Amino acid sequence: MACVGSRGELTESARKMLAALKTPATPEDVATHTELPLFRVRGGLREMVEAGLVELKDGAYSPTELGRPCCLHKGKDLGISRR
Amino acid sequence: MSDQVENKPQEQTRSLSESAPTASLPRLGMVAPLFEAVTTHGKIRLEDFKGNWLVLFSHPADFTPVCTTEFLAFAGIAPELRKRNVELLGLSIDSPSSHIAWVRNIKEKFGIDIPFPIVADSNKEVASLYGMVMPGESKTETSRCVFVIDPVGTVRAMIYYPLTTGRNTDEIIRLIDALQTTDKHGIATPANWKPGEKVIVPPPSTLEEADARMKEGFECSDWYFCKKSL
Repeated sequence: MACVGSRGELTESARKMLAALKTPATPEDVATHTELPLFRVRGGLREMVEAGLVELKDGAYSPTELGRPCCLHKGKDLGISRR
Repeated sequence: MSDQVENKPQEQTRSLSESAPTASLPRLGMVAPLFEAVTTHGKIRLEDFKGNWLVLFSHPADFTPVCTTEFLAFAGIAPELRKRNVELLGLSIDSPSSHIAWVRNIKEKFGIDIPFPIVADSNKEVASLYGMVMPGESKTETSRCVFVIDPVGTVRAMIYYPLTTGRNTDEIIRLIDALQTTDKHGIATPANWKPGEKVIVPPPSTLEEADARMKEGFECSDWYFCKKSL
């Protein structure tokens, strides 16, 4: 999915997915909201969980403090490095 | 989807040739081997496609002419496949950078976007798992393989073409239509079948069924050969 770009910034797809997580949502919900293919959403959410931007509870995804729009919009370095 | 099957035969083969583990080749009706791979759309796992049909296909190499025609053709059928809940996933033994450069080149030279991810299988992990390398043809390239995997992760069809011969993407759509029609209606499809044409009623397995079959209103040439419209 490549949610995090080479400079540590969020990709457009990742921002779309985070925007779809205003309330806890399943990958299917996010796919419907973003119009992204389900396989991309699954991979993207998994990547954002690994990056600490999203958490999974009871089958639904929601943003962590780091993944909330207020933090992302500050434009600061998220401290996420690409392998 | 579950873990790979057929571990036992693999172990038996390994004892014959310790230095060269044999790939567990997919078989029709068996669970597709799981993998996680780097693609042009990021890391993808096979299970990410759960709930969708998947056409996993390999090509010999980026920046080669036949493969380019195939990618144009696969891009062309992508919308039709999407209508059928089918995703495409390409693969070759090339790097992510090579894939990216080739996809960009196709856009530049032919004006076509490649909408599906392509696995960069530089270490041949997925290619080995699926038996995509045919050493008699090439030891360094994948042949033109197609694996149709259903929404629960079962291998439903496999097609192998040699390096020299580009695939027919209309046949892939026809194959998907036939598989989905079979699943939906419990029938089989005859040679060269296309949607809208009559389908084959599965042959009876007992004499009683065979006698009854002739009275069921199907179009029967004989007790074992009956067709019907859907």
